[in-house]
Amino acid sequence: MKAFLRRLAALTVKELRQISRDPSSIMIGLVLPIILILIFGYGLSLDVNNVPIAVVMEHSTPLSRELLSGLNGSRYFSPRYVASMHEAEELLNRREVDAIIRTAGDFDSRFKKGHAEMQLILHGVDSTTATLIGQYTSAAVALRVQSALERAGMKNAGSGTGSAVVQGRIWFNEAANSTWYLVPGLIVIIMTLVGAFLTALIMAREWERGTLESLFVSPVGRAEILLSKIIPYFLLGMAGLLLCLGAARWLFEVPMRGSLLLFFLSSSLYLVVALGMGLAISSVTRSQFLSCQIAIVVSFLPAVILSGFLFDLRSVPLVARIVGNILPATHYMELLKTLFLAGDNMGIILRDCAALIGYAILFMGVAIRFTRKKLD
Amino acid sequence: METDAPRPPGTPVLPQATGACSGIFPEPEDAVVRARALCRVFQSKKQTVTALHALDVDIPAGRMTALVGPDGAGKTTFLRMACGLLAPSAGSLFVLGLDASHAAQQIQNRISYMPQRFGLYEDLSVMENMTLYADLHGVPQAVRKKRFSRLLDMTDLAAFTARPAGRLSGGMKQKLALACTLVRSPDLLLLDEPSVGVDPLSRRELWAIITGMVEEEHLSVVISTAYMDEAERCSHVIVLHEGRILAQGSPESLRSLTDGLCYTAPLSEGMKARTLQAWLLDRPAAVMDAVPEGSVVRFVLTPECREKGPAALCSSGDSPLRKDSCRPVAPRLEDSFMLLLRHESAGQEERPAPAGDNSRENTPERSAPSPAPGEEAETVIEVRDLVRRFGTFTAVASTSFSVRRGEVFGLLGPNGAGKTTTFRMLCGLLPATSGQLCVAGENLRTAAAQARTRVGYVSQKFSLYGNLSVLENLHFFGGVYGIGPFALRRRIREVLEEFDLAGHEHDMSGNLPGGFKQRLSMAVGMLHRPEILFLDEPTSGIDPLARRMFWRRITSLSEEGTTIIVTTHFMEEAEYCDRMLIQDAGRVLALGTPGEVRHQGGDAPTMEEAFIHIVESSRAARDHDRTKEGTA
Amino acid sequence: MDIILMLRRLRSLCIKELLIIFKDPANRLVLIIPVILQSLIFGYAATYDLNFIPYVLCDQSRSALSRDLAARLDGTDKFVRQATLSSSAEAEAWIYDGKALLAVQIGSDFADRILSGQNADIQVILDGRNSTTAAMAQGYIAQIVEAWNAGHGNASPVNLVTRAWFNPQLETRWNIMPAMIGSLSIIQIMVLAALSVAREREQGTFDQMLVTPLSPWEILIGKAIPPIVVGLVQSSFILIVCLFWFGIPFAGSIADLYISLGVFTLSCAGIGLCISAISLNMQQALVYCFVSLLPMVLLSGLATPVSAMPEALQIATCANPLRFALVCVRRVYLEGSPLADIAQNFIPMLAVAAVTLPLAGWLFRNRLS
Repeated sequence: MKAFLRRLAALTVKELRQISRDPSSIMIGLVLPIILILIFGYGLSLDVNNVPIAVVMEHSTPLSRELLSGLNGSRYFSPRYVASMHEAEELLNRREVDAIIRTAGDFDSRFKKGHAEMQLILHGVDSTTATLIGQYTSAAVALRVQSALERAGMKNAGSGTGSAVVQGRIWFNEAANSTWYLVPGLIVIIMTLVGAFLTALIMAREWERGTLESLFVSPVGRAEILLSKIIPYFLLGMAGLLLCLGAARWLFEVPMRGSLLLFFLSSSLYLVVALGMGLAISSVTRSQFLSCQIAIVVSFLPAVILSGFLFDLRSVPLVARIVGNILPATHYMELLKTLFLAGDNMGIILRDCAALIGYAILFMGVAIRFTRKKLD
Repeated sequence: METDAPRPPGTPVLPQATGACSGIFPEPEDAVVRARALCRVFQSKKQTVTALHALDVDIPAGRMTALVGPDGAGKTTFLRMACGLLAPSAGSLFVLGLDASHAAQQIQNRISYMPQRFGLYEDLSVMENMTLYADLHGVPQAVRKKRFSRLLDMTDLAAFTARPAGRLSGGMKQKLALACTLVRSPDLLLLDEPSVGVDPLSRRELWAIITGMVEEEHLSVVISTAYMDEAERCSHVIVLHEGRILAQGSPESLRSLTDGLCYTAPLSEGMKARTLQAWLLDRPAAVMDAVPEGSVVRFVLTPECREKGPAALCSSGDSPLRKDSCRPVAPRLEDSFMLLLRHESAGQEERPAPAGDNSRENTPERSAPSPAPGEEAETVIEVRDLVRRFGTFTAVASTSFSVRRGEVFGLLGPNGAGKTTTFRMLCGLLPATSGQLCVAGENLRTAAAQARTRVGYVSQKFSLYGNLSVLENLHFFGGVYGIGPFALRRRIREVLEEFDLAGHEHDMSGNLPGGFKQRLSMAVGMLHRPEILFLDEPTSGIDPLARRMFWRRITSLSEEGTTIIVTTHFMEEAEYCDRMLIQDAGRVLALGTPGEVRHQGGDAPTMEEAFIHIVESSRAARDHDRTKEGTA
Repeated sequence: MDIILMLRRLRSLCIKELLIIFKDPANRLVLIIPVILQSLIFGYAATYDLNFIPYVLCDQSRSALSRDLAARLDGTDKFVRQATLSSSAEAEAWIYDGKALLAVQIGSDFADRILSGQNADIQVILDGRNSTTAAMAQGYIAQIVEAWNAGHGNASPVNLVTRAWFNPQLETRWNIMPAMIGSLSIIQIMVLAALSVAREREQGTFDQMLVTPLSPWEILIGKAIPPIVVGLVQSSFILIVCLFWFGIPFAGSIADLYISLGVFTLSCAGIGLCISAISLNMQQALVYCFVSLLPMVLLSGLATPVSAMPEALQIATCANPLRFALVCVRRVYLEGSPLADIAQNFIPMLAVAAVTLPLAGWLFRNRLS
C-alpha cells in the first residue's frame, strides 16, 4: 500500500509538472474556460432587446398612434416610423428592421366598428427571435387596446361576459434572463472539455510517443497509471469549475439556490464520468487524431446540442429525447440547472446522481479493461 | 530507429536451422530467460506475420548476452515478450523462473528494460525524469543519493540536471534513458539497441556505464544491437534471423567460423579503396564481404574458396589483386555474421545482387569516369564562413569547405556537433545566420524552386508517407520533380529494379522492414537523377549486410558522377569517403582524405580511434582555453 | 513549359494529399457518416419550437367554462396534459421536479367572474430553468386564451394579423439546418487543414517536401484543396438532407450557394493552414484548432443571433468567416437573395483568406524553430 501511494504520488507529480509546462493543457484547462465564460456571459443571448421594428401608419391618427405607443417605451423594441409600406419592405429585405407593423388607412373607422386590422410582418429567418417578437408585439398592442376601450367606455361591448387574462409567472428566472441558464450549461461544457477531450488527447499521446513502454516495465500497476491521469485533470477541472462558479456569482449574478456542497459533489461525480470517458476513448483508440475526433463527436457536440442546454429536451421528438437521455451530460445539466435556479430538489438530485454513478462505473470499467500493460 | 517490423508474408519457410554452436547451452538452472518452442504471431486484417518461430533459448545468468540479427529478425519482439509486454502465441517463456504469460507484473517488478524508443518525458528535466523512475522502482532515499551522483557522473549529465530532456542531444538522451533504466540494480537488464544513432564517443561512454554496472553488480544483461563490435564485448551471442536462431555461443566460437577466410589486400597505385571494394563485392562466388580499412581493403572469402585462398580472385587477367600481396588477418564476429546470413539467404532472394546494371562490367578500369589524379573536377558545393546561431547558442561556427563533382564527402561529428544543421542549411531548409554557401551554383534557400531539382535528400529518419504504398510515394515525388508521365513510369521501373523493391510496389511503405524503407528513401532521392545527393545518417540502425549493399550503391553512383554528401556514426564508413570533415561544437576539427584524417588523429589504426582522438583533444584544448580565460 | 511543370507538380501534390486522407477506409467513414448523423439529429433536436409542452392543470373552478378553456389547450397539438390536479401546491411540485413545463391554475371564481362581466385571471407558472422556452410557452398560452376570449364574444376590436416572411411557420429547423451547411463542415475543414502540415512536420515528411521544387504557393494550393473538397462534399450532404429529408424549400440559386461556400471554405482552409504552420505537432494543432473553432461557432449567429450580441463583440465577429457564411447561406437558401445582395458578405471572408493564406505560405518555410 505504501509503495502504491509512493508510485502514485510520483506519477501524479510528473503529470502536474507536464500540465504546467504544456501550453495546450493550459490552453484547454484555463484559457478556453475564460474565453467561454465571456462569450456565454456576454456574447450569447436569446433575449429580445431593442429590436428594430418599422412602423407604417397609412393615416397617422391619434388612435393608431396611441395603440402603437406601447412599442415606444418597451425595452423589447426600438420602433422606426416610415412613411410607406414599400419603404418598410425595403428595410426588412435589407434586414435593417426585424419586423413591420402596419395600420391601414381606414383603421379608425373600422376600430369603431370593432374589427380593425393591424398587420405584423416578421423576418422569419431567426425564427426564435421572430416568435418572441410576435408575442411581445401582440401583448403590447393588446394592453393598449384594453386601456383605449376602457377609456372609450367600450369595454366588453357586444356581450356581458368577461375575459380570461393570463397571469404568467416564470419561476426560477423571473426576469427571463437567458444568461441564467447559459452559465450552468457552460459549466457542463467546460467539465466535458477538460474531462473527456483533454484526457483523451493526453493519454493517447503517451501511447503514441511510446512513453508507456518504459513505464510498463516497472512495478507500476494500471490502477496507478489511470489514477495518476485522473487526479491532476480532476484538479484542473475543479479549477475550471471554481472559475465558472466565481463568474456565475460575481460577473453574471446567477443565483445559487441549492447547496454548494451538493453542487461540488455532483460536479465531482460528473468530472469522474467525463474523465472516464476520455480515458476509455484513448485507451481504445491509442491515437490522438481518432481520440480527438471521437471525443468531439460523442462527448462535446451532444453536450451542446442534446443535453437540454439550449434546446428543451421535453419538446423534441422521441428519438432525440431518448438519445439525449442516454447522455451523461443531460443528467448533469439537469442537476446544475436545478441546483442553481431551483434549489435542493432531492428527487431530481438523487435520480441524476445515481445515473452519473452508473456512468462513472461503466467508463472507468472500460478504461481499466482496455489499459492493460501489454503492447498488443 | 528501427523496430522489428513484421515482415510481409510469403518469405519462404525454411527448415529449422540448427545453430552452428547450439551444443553449448548453459546449465538450465543458470538461465535467467528460458524459452521453449516460443512463437509469436502478429495478426492484422490483411496479413499474418510470424515474428518468432518456435524459439528455444536459454540466456545465461550473470553474463552479458547479445542479440544480433538483421531487421525484422524478431529481436525487439523477443525482448518485449521477456518483459511481459507481449503475450506468447505459443510455447513457454520463463523469466527469472517466472512464467511470462501469467506473472508479468512480478517479472516487471524485478527487471529493468530500456526500449528502443525510450519514453523520456521531454518536458521534464533530467533530474525529474530520474526521480520519477527512482520513485516508481521504490529506490530508498539513502541509496538514491549515492546512485544518482554515480549515474550522473558516469553519464556526464551532472551539469544538465535542470535541462528538459527534450533539449538534450541524441547521445545525451540515450545516456539519460540508460540512467533512468539503471536507477536501481535489477535482477535482469534488457536493452534494445541502446546505441542506435549515437556517436562513437557517446557509444563508448554508454558501454563504459553498462560494463561498469555489470562488473559491480553481476547483472544479467540481454542487449540487442546492430553493432558487431558491441556483440563482441558480450560473453554470449545469439544470432537471430527471421524469427529463428541461426547460431549462438561465445564470440570466440562464432568467430572461429570464418577462421582462415579473412585477408587484406593493398591498393594498387591510384586506385580508390571504394573501387577495389566494389570489385571484390561484385564477385559473390568468392567474396562474402569487403571493407576498406586505411590503406588496405579487408575481405572475407566464401567457405567454398577456403582451400584456394585469395588466389581464387587472381585468376582473371584484369584482377587488381596480386596473390602474394594479400595477407591473412584474424576473423571478426561481423565476418561470421555475414557468413551466417549469407548461408541463410543463399539462393533465396535478392541479397547480394550487384548494384549496377548487369550489362555493365564493374571492373575498376571501366567504371571510373572520375578524373585522373591531378585533374581537378569542378567545385559543386562551396561553403565559406558559414555560421548558424539559435539565440545565443552557436550551432555552426564559421565553417568552410568545398566539394567537387563526383566526390563522396563525409560529414562526421558527435551528436549535437552541428552536422544536421549544416546539412539543413545546404539543402535550403534553414537560413544561415551569416556566411556564403553555394550548392550547384546557387543558394537553395533563395534560389528559384526549380534549382532544387538538382539535389536529392535522404533524411535521418524515414520521411516518406508511411500510409502510402511504395508506388504512390514514387509517383508523388516523381510528379513534384516534374517528370513527365511516360518518363516517370520508365524511371520508376528502373529504380524499383535498382533498389530491389520490385514485388513490393503495393506494400504500405510504413510497414516495410527498415532496410526496405532505407532503400525506398534512396530510390526517392535518386528518382530525378540529382547531381548532388544529401544523405543524413542513412545507415543508422541498419544491419551490416544491408549497410554493405547501401555503400555498394553509393560507390556506383559516385562513379556515374553524382556528388554525395553523407553523415554517419559508423566510423568505418568514413573510409568509403573521398574526403571528410569532422565537426564538434559547430567547429571544423579536421578536413581531408581518410588517410589524412587518420594521420591527424595520431596515426590511429582505425577511423573510430582517430575520430575519438581528434574530438577529445579538441575538447580538452577548449576546456583548457576556458579555464585559462577563467583564471586570467 | 514552366506552366506544364507547375501543373504536373500540383497534380501530384493534390493526388497525394487526397490519398493521405481518403486511403484509409476508417477516415472515409469518419468524414461522411458523423456529418449525416449529426445533421439528422440536430435537425430534430436543435429546436426551440415547442411541440410537446407537458403541462398540468389545476382547475378549481370546475365549471363548463374552465373545462372549455382546458379543452382548447388540449385541442392544440402543442400542449400535452400530464395530470389534472386539485391543489396548487401539487401543481407547484410538478414544476419543481421538472416534470411539467408549465402549470395552469384556474381559480374557483373563474366562471363567476367571467359571467358577471369581470375579467378573470388564469395563473400560469412556468419552469424558467430554460427561460427562452418558458417565454415561448407563455406566448403560446396567451395566444390560445386570446382566441378563447374572442370565441366568447370578446373579440378585440384590433385583429393583429401576423405573417412571417421566408419562414411562414417560424420553424427553428428552417433557421438551424441551412446554417448547418456551413457550420458542420467548418469543423472538418479546419481539422484537416490544421493537421495537414502538422502531421508532415511530426512525421518528418515536410522537410522532404521542402527540398523538392515545390514552391510555397504550390504547397499552399495543394494543402488547401483537399479540405475545401471535403468541406464542399460535406456541405452537399447536409444540403441534400435539408432539401429532401426535412423538405426545407430552397429559394435561391444553387450556384450562388456554392459560390458563397467556396469563398467560405477558402477562408477556413486559410485559418486551418495558419494553425498548422504554427503548430509543432498534431496535438498542438488540434488544440489550437479547437480553441479557435469554439468561439467561431458560438459567435456565428448559429444558435443565437449576432444582433443580440454587445457592440464590441459584433465588431470582433467580423473576423469570423462563419458569421458571414451563415448570412450568405440563409439569405440564398431561405430568402432567395441574388448574388449582388450577398456579395458584400464576401469581403470579410476574402479578407481573412487574403491574410491567412499568404501568412501560412510564408510560415511553411520561415517558422522559427
